[in-house]
Amino acid sequence: METRTLDTLSRHQTAVVTALHSDGAERRRMMDLGIVPGTAIRVEMVSPLGDPVAYLVRGSVVALRREQAAKIEITLQPAEETQP
Amino acid sequence: MTVHTTTSHACETCPLGTNAQLIRLGINVEGWNYVVALAGNPNTGKSTVFNALTGLRQHTGNWPGKTVTRAEGGFLYQDERFKLVDLPGTYSLLSSSLDEEVARDFILFGQPDVTVIVVDATRLERNLNLVLQILEITDRVVVCLNLVDEAERHGMTVDDRALARDLGVPVIPTVARRGEGIPELLAAIHEVASGAYKARPHRINNHNPALAQAIDTLAAQIEARFEGLPNARWVAMRLLDGDERILEAVRSGELGILARGAQPVGSALQQEAA
Ligand SMILES: Nc1nc2c(ncn2[C@@H]2O[C@H](COP(=O)(O)OP(=O)(O)O)[C@@H](O)[C@H]2O)c(=O)[nH]1
Ligand SMILES: [Mg+2]
Repeated sequence: METRTLDTLSRHQTAVVTALHSDGAERRRMMDLGIVPGTAIRVEMVSPLGDPVAYLVRGSVVALRREQAAKIEITLQPAEETQP
Repeated sequence: MTVHTTTSHACETCPLGTNAQLIRLGINVEGWNYVVALAGNPNTGKSTVFNALTGLRQHTGNWPGKTVTRAEGGFLYQDERFKLVDLPGTYSLLSSSLDEEVARDFILFGQPDVTVIVVDATRLERNLNLVLQILEITDRVVVCLNLVDEAERHGMTVDDRALARDLGVPVIPTVARRGEGIPELLAAIHEVASGAYKARPHRINNHNPALAQAIDTLAAQIEARFEGLPNARWVAMRLLDGDERILEAVRSGELGILARGAQPVGSALQQEAA
């Protein structure tokens, strides 16, 4: 299992959050959006300039800036578990 | 402005419709018996529910500059006068953009008799974060499970009875835009306000003894310093969590304004910013 950060995830790939490296208000915000270890997350849409990126989290779309995504550690989900 | 409503949307179980007992009072909130807060994530239909109950026309829809401060309106139901407060959308009681603070301050310190949490049936999981946070501080809650038409359109059915059982508070399915479920929502609000409904709110009990003691100690000090402040334990937990905004409100004495029932912290700031 490969460990990397969310900003490296490409379109339509699904990953699972393993750790949050942000702190304070930003960490709080991520948790309020349901981004906690164990959460499945997928790239939904990439803005023209590649930043921010819209992610699908728990049935909602959340836009994150690259620097925020870089503080979210993920593991890639095996291909067979990837949602359509 | 007083609009006497006829039953525009019949309730299936009651031919006459309980809606017939609703009298929308517009901006008239004089002599209210109960205060009802409308909380929820952005875009769940709070203002739509507010308009349905008060007859007012709060802006609805997704555009910048909608409900940033609270809006108030009134309605009469079963001979009781209700003051309804439409709050800005918020994902959490813990985060702190200005409009979210307006909502947080009112839910925590405004002492509403009932808090109606409007949730999006298509995004239930994310919406439940706020529901669980509010259930930690009050059991006088009605969950308005809105946008069930959208959920159906996406092939989703939400088991509202199971949800009500798990949360321990009433859950009323609605399509607020079409007025569906509003009579049932009114009945639930009335039951919770009058104390007829006995809630058994879902609470998380995983506090360790050291933390519980720290909260007790701090909460007692907060209560002594800010007499009459509701939810001192919540404030204590925020302090232990290092919440800068709350720390500042305690230090500056700003928190005391809330205890005296004046404009909440957030809305005072909001007006400055506007
Ligand atoms: N399909 C559908 N749309 C709704 C329903 N309730 C509200 N809306 C729409 O959802 C949007 C957001 O509603 P609004 O009341 O402004 O949400 P608020 O941000 O929570 O105050 C508006 O376009 C409403 O017309 C509903 O039950 N079904
Ligand atoms: Mg609104």
